[in-house]
Amino acid sequence: MSHIKVIEGSEAVALAVKACRPQVISAYPISPQTHIVEQLARMIADGELEAEYIRVESEFSAASVISGSSAAASRSYTASSSQGLLLMTEVLYASVGMRLPFVITGVNRALSAPISIQVDHQDSISLRDSGVIQLYVESSQEAYDTHIAAFKIAEDRGILLPVMVCMDGWILTHSYERVSLMEQEEVDRFLPPFQPINFLDVNDPKTWGSYADDDVLMEFKYAIEKAMHHAKGRIEEVFSELTQITGRDHGGLIERYRTDGAEVILVAMGSMVGTVKDAVDELRSKGKKVGLIKIRCYRPFPHEEILDAINGAKVVGVMEADFSMGSEGAVGMDLKAKLFGKADAPLVIDFIAGLGGRDVNKGRIREIVRKAEEVLNSGLPLNEPQWVGLNPAIVP
Amino acid sequence: MSIPQTAREEALFVSGHRACHGCGMALAVRHILKATGKNVIVVTPTGCLETFTSPYGFSPWGVPWIHHLFENAPAVASGVAAALRAQGRHTTRVLAIAGDGSTFDIGFGAISGMLERGDDVLYICTDNGAYMNTGGQRSGATPLYAATTTHPAGRKSLGKTEMMKDLPAIVAAHGAPYVATASVAYLKDLQKKVKKAMGFHGPRYIQIDTPCASVWGFPPDRTLEVGRMGVACGLVPIFEMENGKVTGVRRIKKKTPVTDYLKAQARFRHLFAGDRGKAELAELQALADRNIEKYGLLGRSGGEE
Repeated sequence: MSHIKVIEGSEAVALAVKACRPQVISAYPISPQTHIVEQLARMIADGELEAEYIRVESEFSAASVISGSSAAASRSYTASSSQGLLLMTEVLYASVGMRLPFVITGVNRALSAPISIQVDHQDSISLRDSGVIQLYVESSQEAYDTHIAAFKIAEDRGILLPVMVCMDGWILTHSYERVSLMEQEEVDRFLPPFQPINFLDVNDPKTWGSYADDDVLMEFKYAIEKAMHHAKGRIEEVFSELTQITGRDHGGLIERYRTDGAEVILVAMGSMVGTVKDAVDELRSKGKKVGLIKIRCYRPFPHEEILDAINGAKVVGVMEADFSMGSEGAVGMDLKAKLFGKADAPLVIDFIAGLGGRDVNKGRIREIVRKAEEVLNSGLPLNEPQWVGLNPAIVP
Repeated sequence: MSIPQTAREEALFVSGHRACHGCGMALAVRHILKATGKNVIVVTPTGCLETFTSPYGFSPWGVPWIHHLFENAPAVASGVAAALRAQGRHTTRVLAIAGDGSTFDIGFGAISGMLERGDDVLYICTDNGAYMNTGGQRSGATPLYAATTTHPAGRKSLGKTEMMKDLPAIVAAHGAPYVATASVAYLKDLQKKVKKAMGFHGPRYIQIDTPCASVWGFPPDRTLEVGRMGVACGLVPIFEMENGKVTGVRRIKKKTPVTDYLKAQARFRHLFAGDRGKAELAELQALADRNIEKYGLLGRSGGEE
C-alpha cells in the first residue's frame, strides 16, 4: 500500500526521515538544504512528529550533537550542504572511527570560492575518504526510498557507519515531483527501533573514544574498511528488501541503463542521470551503441559491479561534477585505478561536467558521446580530463 | 571496554591513570565524581584528561565516558542529553569535564550554543591556564604576564600581554542558573558546589583552578599549596553566581601579596629578574585587589572568614 503526493524533494526527504522515527534531529540552516529541516521542524510544531530537535549554532555542532545522541542510543539525523558539510568534516571522520550510525542528507552544492549556491558534487566528494557511506540519488522518489534504506544500512551491526544520502541541491530539493509514500506500518516492519549493543549507559559504563597508538590504530582503520566491504553486500540486500515492499527498483549499488551491447558507456551520478538517460534513448534510436551506468553507492565504491557492467565496452566516459585540483575527477580516478592492468580494459575519458550548476543538457551529452566515439574510432586514448562547456570568452 | 563491578563500587575514577605527578586536574575529577555519584555520563574533549585516562585498553572511568573531538564537548553533551530526554532516561545526568583550551578557545562557539539552548549539562572546566597536553602554549585562560611556550618571556617580552578571559561572567550572561569557581585546593568547597549544581536543571558551569606542576613550574608536592596561594592573594577569586548574581564567595582569611604566589612558579620567574617586572608586578597586585573589591573577598570587617 502506498499513496502518491506531488511534493517538493525536500518534503519527500522530511517525510522519509519522519517515517523512520528519528529520536534526535539537529538543525542548522544552509541553502539548499534548509527546506528539509524546516519541514521536520514544522512536523514537530504541529505534533506530527515526536523527536528532540536541537537548534545548533553551527554545522560542526549539528554533527557533534547527533554524534552524542547516537552514542547514547538514539536514532539521529541532520542535513547540510556545501560549506556546512566541510565544517562537519572533522566530526564525520571521528564518528566513523567511533562507529556512530546516524544519517545525514548531503544536499549537494558547490564550494567557495567563488561562493555559489549552485549544485555540484565537490562537497560530498571531499568527504569520500572519511568512511561515511555515500549514496547518490537521481530523483525525489529515489531520495525518499534511499533515506528509508539509509537508517537500516547505517545501523546494521556488521556496518555501524554514518550514511550520507547525497541529493542535488535545487534540482531535486526544490522541484515538485510525484512521490509515492510508504505506509508507516510498512516502514516500521522494514526498520525496527535502533537498539545498539554498545551505548552510553550508567548501568554498564564503557569508555568511548580512547587514545590509540601505533599498536592498534591501524587495526581500527582496517575494521572500518572491513565494514565498508561488508556494506556492499548488505546495501544491495537492503535495497532489494525495500524493492519487495515498494515495487520500486532503482538498481543495486549501480543501475545499468541500456548497457547491453554498448560500445560507449557513460558513468554518472545524481540528478544529471535523468538527462543522460533521455540522451541515451535518443542516441540508441539513431542506432548508436551507447549505455549508462548510474552510480548509486559511491562509497563503498562498487568497482566489481561497474567492471562487470562495462565488460565489452570500448570506451567509458565518466561524467562528474567534481575535480581533484592538480589531478582529475574523483570518480574517473577510482575507475581507472580499478581497471589498471585488466586485459581488454576500455579506454576511460574523464568529463568534468556541471561544476557550480553549469547545465548538463542533451546537447552537451551528445558532445561527450561524440568525443567518446572519436576515441572509439581512432583507438587513441584521451588522457587529459575534458572540461565540458567551458566558455572560451572567459577562460584565462 | 567494561569496568569491573568491584572497581566501580570503590570509586568512579580509580588510580593507575597516566597523569603527571601532582596533577591538580586528576584530583579534581576524582572528587567531582564522588559528588555526582554514578548516574552520570561524562563527555571530555581532547586534552590532558582525555590523554591520561584513555590509552586504549585501559580506563580509570567507572562511569560511561566519551571523548569525541577537541572543540565539540558541549555539543556532544547536548546530544547525549537530548538522547536521554528522548528515551525518558531521566535519572541519568550529563557532565562535561573539559580543560581551558577547549572551553575558552576552540570550543567557545559550541559552549555558547549549549548555554543559549539551555541544555541540561553540568559543564566543568578544569583550568590550568594553558595547553598543557601539547607542552604549555598560551590559551585564553593564561594569566597576564605568565610565560608560555608560544608567548615566552625574553629580552623583548614579559610573557602574556592579555588578560584572562572572564568566562564565568560570559556564561552567567547567557542566563545559566548556576555558575561557580572553585579551587582544587579546597575540595570540600568543590564537592559542595558540584552537588549544588546537580540540584539545578539547565546549563551549569563550574571553573576549577587546577595548578599544573609540570608547566607552571613548581614541585609536584606543592599543588594544593600553590592553589591556596592563588586564592589567598586574590588572583583566583572563588565565588558562586545564581541566576546572574553573586550569591557567595570564599573569603580570604589572611590576604597575601601576589608576589608570594608568583614567586612559587617558574612561569612568572622573569618578573623577578632585577627591576624589569616591577610595573607588571604592581599591575598584577592591582588586579588581585580589584578582584577582592569586586567580589568582596575580604568581607565587611576586612579579614576573617
